Amino acid sequence: MSAEERVLTGSHFMLGDHACAEGAMAAGCSFFAGYPITPSTEIAERLAARLPAVGAIFVQMEDELASMAALVGASLAGARAMSATSGPGFSLMMENVGMAAMMEVPCVVVNVQRGAPSTGLPTLVGQADMMQAKWGSHGDYEIVAYSPSSPQECFDQVIKAFNTADRWRIPVFVMADELIGHMTERVVIPPADRIPRVERKRPRHKPGDESFLPFLAEDEDLVPPIVHAGEGYRVNFDSLTHDEKGYPATFAEPHDRLVRRLVDKIRLHTDQIIEYEEIFLADAEVAVIAYGSTARSARRAVNEARQQGLRVGLLRLITVWPFPGSKVRELSNQVKAFVVPELNLGQMSRETERFTSLPVIGVNHAGGVMMAPGPILEAIREAAR
Amino acid sequence: MREIVVESHPIDTVFRTDRLPHIWCPGCGIGPAAHAYAEAILASGIPRDRHVCVSGIGCTARVPGYLDVDSYHTTHGRAIPFAMAIALVKPELEVTVFSGDGDLFAIGGNHFIHAARRNIDINVICINNFNYGMTGGQVGPTTPLGARATTAPYGNYEPPFNLPYLAAATGAVFVARWTALHVRQLKKAILRAMQKKGFTFIEVLAPCPVGFGSPNDIGEALEEVQLYRERCVVDHKAHLPDLEIDLRRKDSPFVMGNFVDIERKPFDPLAMMKEQEE
Amino acid sequence: MAGVLIRQPLDKATVKVPRGQVYIIPERCKGCRFCINFCPRNVLVETSDMNAKGYHYPVVAEGKEEACIACQFCSIICPEFAIYSEEIGE
Repeated sequence: MSAEERVLTGSHFMLGDHACAEGAMAAGCSFFAGYPITPSTEIAERLAARLPAVGAIFVQMEDELASMAALVGASLAGARAMSATSGPGFSLMMENVGMAAMMEVPCVVVNVQRGAPSTGLPTLVGQADMMQAKWGSHGDYEIVAYSPSSPQECFDQVIKAFNTADRWRIPVFVMADELIGHMTERVVIPPADRIPRVERKRPRHKPGDESFLPFLAEDEDLVPPIVHAGEGYRVNFDSLTHDEKGYPATFAEPHDRLVRRLVDKIRLHTDQIIEYEEIFLADAEVAVIAYGSTARSARRAVNEARQQGLRVGLLRLITVWPFPGSKVRELSNQVKAFVVPELNLGQMSRETERFTSLPVIGVNHAGGVMMAPGPILEAIREAAR
Repeated sequence: MREIVVESHPIDTVFRTDRLPHIWCPGCGIGPAAHAYAEAILASGIPRDRHVCVSGIGCTARVPGYLDVDSYHTTHGRAIPFAMAIALVKPELEVTVFSGDGDLFAIGGNHFIHAARRNIDINVICINNFNYGMTGGQVGPTTPLGARATTAPYGNYEPPFNLPYLAAATGAVFVARWTALHVRQLKKAILRAMQKKGFTFIEVLAPCPVGFGSPNDIGEALEEVQLYRERCVVDHKAHLPDLEIDLRRKDSPFVMGNFVDIERKPFDPLAMMKEQEE
Repeated sequence: MAGVLIRQPLDKATVKVPRGQVYIIPERCKGCRFCINFCPRNVLVETSDMNAKGYHYPVVAEGKEEACIACQFCSIICPEFAIYSEEIGE
């Protein structure tokens, strides 16, 4: 099997970070711009070898600010563009995440989370950037964020991320964590023709058609067609608020109209985006909501609780943003409490609280070690009382 | 013949005329510089659809928005990595960054030096009006020592950059300085930059009567441009370290020219791999 | 003329100095006076009229109707793209 092949079809015993890289290769990523940062560096190192071998571009930029700016530029030149980072780099990227949201540019960033805040725990697991994924840049905008609980999901979700980004013209995050990124596990990569691919919406107008309004969203999905540099459309892409022609329109009315569409693009279509896994929820009295590496420990705790006769189930988040608020509301008619274990001091638990008036019991640790099933089981027992 | 009143200008074909008049102040030097760039686009022999203009934020950064090309008004200081990515993904495009002294050399400074070091194939045109104009005339990395700015009311206490020296030292293959008055030479320099492969840099001195000229007793834009006319000398072989500029100084001329025009290996992320394969 | 040497270009008789027509777009002018001050033949002068924004735009001065040589400097120096000249053909 030659290195030139993008899709390494077959069954592998693979590092989570490497699985992220292979997901990018399989998804057709042709541009990676990043900066080394533990525990994501292995993604960059793998792509530094894999991308050039297929004639694609890998560049290590001078910092994450430049990396994110480069992603937006590359994507607007037509490339599927990606970066990989951890907390400190994620913070730096936020400035141009905003630009990607404002200009409606598809791009993918993998955040292999580590202990935070600040430089934190560079080599050890955390899940403390979850709220930042949603609110990290200034202003109102919507993103989609996935959360892999295994190296297999790293592979699958990076592909999903590219498709979601291209479908909705947004930045999409894969919120992995150091445990998953540095874990080695079975990853099955399908044949190339079975890798799902969603293409960007393209304009019906031809280049040079003066009536073309590049930021007019005529379809129900509120997504305008995208044009790329060099195609002859001569469109202005602006980080300033803009009108349907792309011209700066720094006044209240067009600004409100634009920002509402940017958020409604996602908020009105969450049914097409949200994914989760339900385990033993059908008759559950207690629902555990978990994601990432913590979901594995939660799964173990739920299994043990069931063996002890407790009626508990697990809602494992695949998309963490948008959050499955209506699912939580629906479950609130059935369960009597939620348990939310996370390697942070309460982030997705807050989001859960927004959608229920039932008790939401957090199981929290600031990070640095795998969440053990024990404390989760204790919380389940407390919730079941 | 008396003058004839018309409704459009020949250069309008390169501009988004539905957005004119532009926002720049009377006499602002950005207009002539943008005009020179527009004429270079027409004379370059490169089809319009292959020209791309990228900017950061500031008065100068409004230029791409007025041009009828693929234009990108990005975030403050980040035009260069954005442009770099476009140039890498589509090397057939002629990518020009058109931005200001603060955007390119303060917040954007890191990106400038790395793009120059790498010899990325983009053109960078920097309008140097010695202050942050859009936000009202604050001090910037090219404000002369002692000059007044709104955030340096007692006078600027920081020495400024010498931009041609900086650009040359970090690896630019073409380095020039002209002014908003020397528009013919500027157009020629821009054309040269477009023909050249690699990282090219052109500094354009421009009047900013509101932000810099007036607070520093240089007067209206016309006065500043007359200063260029009187004090500018052309010296293509100038010693780069001596190219510091302070418009208020009466003891030395302002040196213009095409100072550097060299060849360097173009940036190619696949270069090493190709070499190994051979 | 003893003692005085006058140098003339060899092709002086055959080279024709171009003649130009000035075109203005008064509504674009912002009154910076670059064109007036830098025209090499001093063709232009500020009019006492004003455009809608209150700026005095340039017009061809009295007696200068034949002075323009279509050098295009006004065109390229104008920050507003509000003036240009065109060579008047044979």
